Amino acid sequence: MSEGIGAAVKRKEDKRFITGRGKYTDDIRMENQAYGAFVRSPHAHAEIKGIDTSAAEAMDGVIAVLNGKQLKDDAIGDIITGWAIHSKDGNPMNVGAWNPMATARVRHVGEPVAIVIAESQAQARLAAEAVEVDYEELPAVAAATTALEDGAPLLHDNVPGNLIFDWEIGDEAAADAGLAGASHVTELDIVNNRLAPNAIEPRSAIAVYNDIDDHYTLYTTSQNPHVARLVLSAFYNVAPEHKLRVIAPDVGGGFGSKIYIYPEEITCLWASMKTGRSVKWTSDRSEAFMTDAHARDHVTKARMGFDADGKIVGLKVNTVANIGAYASLFATATPTYLYGTLLSGQYNIANVYCDVKAVHTNTVPVDAYRGAGRPEATYVMERLMETAAREMGMDPAELRRRNFITEFPHQTPVIMTYDAGDFHALLEKGQAAADVAGFAARKSEAASRGKLRGIGYSCYIEACGIAPSKAVGSLGAGVGLWESAEVRVNPVGTIEILTGSHAHGQGHETTFAQVVSDRFGLPMDNITIVHGDTDKVQMGMGTYGSRSGAVGMNAIVKAMDKVEAKVKKIAAHTLEASEDDIVIEDGEVKVAGTDKKMAWHEVGLAAYTAHNLPDGMEPGLKEGAFYDPTNFTFPSGTYICEVEVDPETGVVEIVQFTAADDFGTVINPMIVEGQVHGGVTQGIGQALLENVVYDEDGQLITGSYMDYCMPRADDVPSYVLEHSTTVAPSNPLGVKGCGEAGAIGSPPAVINAITDAIGNNNLTMPATPQKVWAAIQEVGLPQAAE
Amino acid sequence: MYAVNYHKPASIEDAVAAIGGADEAKILAGGQTLLPTMKQHLAAPSDVVDIRGIGGMTDIAVRGDTVTIGAAATHAAVAGSNEVGSICPALAALAAGIGDPAVRHMGTIGGSIANNDPAADYPAGLLGLGATIVTNQREIAADDFFTGMFSTALEDGEIITAVSVSKPDRAGYAKFRNPASRYAMVGVFVAKTGNGVRVAVTGAGEDGVFRHAGLEAALAGNWSPDAVDAVEMSADGLMSDIHASADYRAHLIKVMAKRAVAAAG
Repeated sequence: MSEGIGAAVKRKEDKRFITGRGKYTDDIRMENQAYGAFVRSPHAHAEIKGIDTSAAEAMDGVIAVLNGKQLKDDAIGDIITGWAIHSKDGNPMNVGAWNPMATARVRHVGEPVAIVIAESQAQARLAAEAVEVDYEELPAVAAATTALEDGAPLLHDNVPGNLIFDWEIGDEAAADAGLAGASHVTELDIVNNRLAPNAIEPRSAIAVYNDIDDHYTLYTTSQNPHVARLVLSAFYNVAPEHKLRVIAPDVGGGFGSKIYIYPEEITCLWASMKTGRSVKWTSDRSEAFMTDAHARDHVTKARMGFDADGKIVGLKVNTVANIGAYASLFATATPTYLYGTLLSGQYNIANVYCDVKAVHTNTVPVDAYRGAGRPEATYVMERLMETAAREMGMDPAELRRRNFITEFPHQTPVIMTYDAGDFHALLEKGQAAADVAGFAARKSEAASRGKLRGIGYSCYIEACGIAPSKAVGSLGAGVGLWESAEVRVNPVGTIEILTGSHAHGQGHETTFAQVVSDRFGLPMDNITIVHGDTDKVQMGMGTYGSRSGAVGMNAIVKAMDKVEAKVKKIAAHTLEASEDDIVIEDGEVKVAGTDKKMAWHEVGLAAYTAHNLPDGMEPGLKEGAFYDPTNFTFPSGTYICEVEVDPETGVVEIVQFTAADDFGTVINPMIVEGQVHGGVTQGIGQALLENVVYDEDGQLITGSYMDYCMPRADDVPSYVLEHSTTVAPSNPLGVKGCGEAGAIGSPPAVINAITDAIGNNNLTMPATPQKVWAAIQEVGLPQAAE
Repeated sequence: MYAVNYHKPASIEDAVAAIGGADEAKILAGGQTLLPTMKQHLAAPSDVVDIRGIGGMTDIAVRGDTVTIGAAATHAAVAGSNEVGSICPALAALAAGIGDPAVRHMGTIGGSIANNDPAADYPAGLLGLGATIVTNQREIAADDFFTGMFSTALEDGEIITAVSVSKPDRAGYAKFRNPASRYAMVGVFVAKTGNGVRVAVTGAGEDGVFRHAGLEAALAGNWSPDAVDAVEMSADGLMSDIHASADYRAHLIKVMAKRAVAAAG
């Protein structure tokens, strides 16, 4: 059917988005709404000696000025990290306490100290400037490697040496032995640059306290409103769950940054209760740079050993991960179980070892961002492979081929069991689509124009659809990672799907409806997706880790299984046939091999009139399901980037980018294509443009778009996309997830292409014109270009 | 933005009076720098005096070999002006490359040079062309007008009314954009004029736009991109920031100078 699985249906939600009629949190206005503005630390590290709010309180329109001590006195809890990691010595991790508003000490620029509630946003902001905070500055440290040094400023009394944990995975002795016996060892020092997430819609919250019922409602920019409610209730003591409703309406992008329950949202809820007013706060872009969780920020030393045939015989990786001033919700999982577990890549490696030191610094907390750990792992693996091939004088594709895993399931030495994939097929498809055979001619043509042309590969695998609750629980997760769904068939046969997944740009209203349309043969127009409101959907774990397809949609499938079973019972009873003979197709419920049938809506009506149901059957047609997957899913792909470098300036132009992906079953190829475009563009942003820079004192240098460089349309090429599919065996739909792959796979392909063009492997991200020019100066111009 | 008094006078006299009557007035033209600065609370004038309603402020006219451009002419107006194109196509092309379309339809030539941002394009163009800046009080040669980063020869209350440019024999501009802001990280304007060769560099100098004597001498002897190769380029006095070191900027000055000469023909 044209609207079913595999159809490139246009997105239902785009009509409202592209006509400006989406409804975002800041578009919502409550009666008696007041505005919050935060007083934020200008210092990276300082003691708070006193807060004088008298001038601010006297200003026009000011309703209240509230501080962190008052919030603590009301028993609002500290902000938690959701994943307990143990160091290799068996000790639990040490994380510093995180007050929603600082009480005694500030530890990063932008940390909230107080909130002003006023009648207008302008009044609130003016008064916030008038709050006088007496700070005593302390030495600060921004780089994680520096924070580990003896004598470095210490952030938290309970975190000696700023070291949160020293974690390991794999067998160190085996990896060392493998490296010792290698005929070639490639060694790289790798920096995975720090990023700021920059969703187009900044964070926003409106907190509404109703003193009659002692009930709270929070409208907020969240990727997981149910998780927000759970955490706000169970850990932050805002209100018990039945007295707290969280609504995440249209949300303009998240990329991970809107998973977390930040100080501002907690404070608005509490402030609403304190003032008896609805409290709205909307971040501006400057606040976003200082408060939205940053990403990546790894410093890594990696060594990969090969035998004489180019087979990998050992890999050892030592990483220092910057966690920032406080450990955010997924901050401890990202550089461990979402990173070290992917350090086998697409390759059959017996011996892998990885050590990760996680460190507090005087910077914004770092947490999961599109890819979360997996881009860092892929960057390590694929820079190593390409560099090793060059060092050994081998074709980089051939080196990969010799090491590809070809049999599944495959148990890696770093926990993961890959269940499906065909890496040779992906490489072949990618090479054909990228016309690798014609590269030499393109390179020499570019040289005739004075340009250096280079080509680079990245063969990524990632683990997403996170994931089995039992597995993540055993690794330290504080929650289960199932998903829920409810299928409500109305008496007229139309369907509402309630899902715990949350859409903030992904197109769930379309793809989820396609899955239902496909199953029952109903037009998509008869199907509505309901999400983002804890009063409507009972429970859900939300959208991140490319899990809406692999987990969320499969929950819908499970619920549809139950609906289908009941529909068949009703139809068999009505049509006087055996249940086993009932088939549902094209919106009709038929007795196979006969002309006996009921229209879909007639079954719906029968369920609700209940005049003639089988004995003992409850009326109604509504089923729910919780789906807990049996494994992660493992999307994989080959990305091939071609660049031209202007040797005079160091400017890199990406002239061709080919992505050959295996996402398992594809529900809507157009939407999947869009996800790849967006993901690859973010990866190119990391590779060429984006970088959060702090100075040595912890001041944020890249606090606006004047200095933080986002990719623009003219920075990226028109992409060449290919697919090669192996169905995911772990879920009924066979889907793997596509949201993060582009951002995971692309950065090493870009850097590998540039380093190929300039003949110097010594290049860090972002490869700015200055860095590329300097790298060219370091080795001199390649012969072909002169 | 803090509360501010807004004036839109119809004459220079009224503008002068509004400025004189205010605690701290700022002249508003296109507002492409002033308004964002005010929104971020980095500037807090008591009054803004919008000069766009003053008669003649947006006129562009040619007399003989000279084009006179009203101070409130937008970048888009200059870019699309046949009059500017007939005298100095390189200046029109420079205007067409400032910012993005929204900026070009609001930002003005007078506003740009009065602000004298060290990474702005117009200061290089006007210094390179040896333009004359006309104010309500006097005429100022470009060589005397740009006095340092964000500083000019303008006195308090002095209002730029126009800029006049005489036709060069040849002129060209090449800029290397800052990847993030897309302002000039290095911009070089070259002109061969009746009064000799002039080369102005923006985006690079610690004191803002400057003329480069070495490039001028080399190009006076041999107007060709190749002549640039032999010029000694010092990084002294050049800016260094997270986007470009002084050495890289020095290198880019040569590259952009060559490209500007090539563009000038």
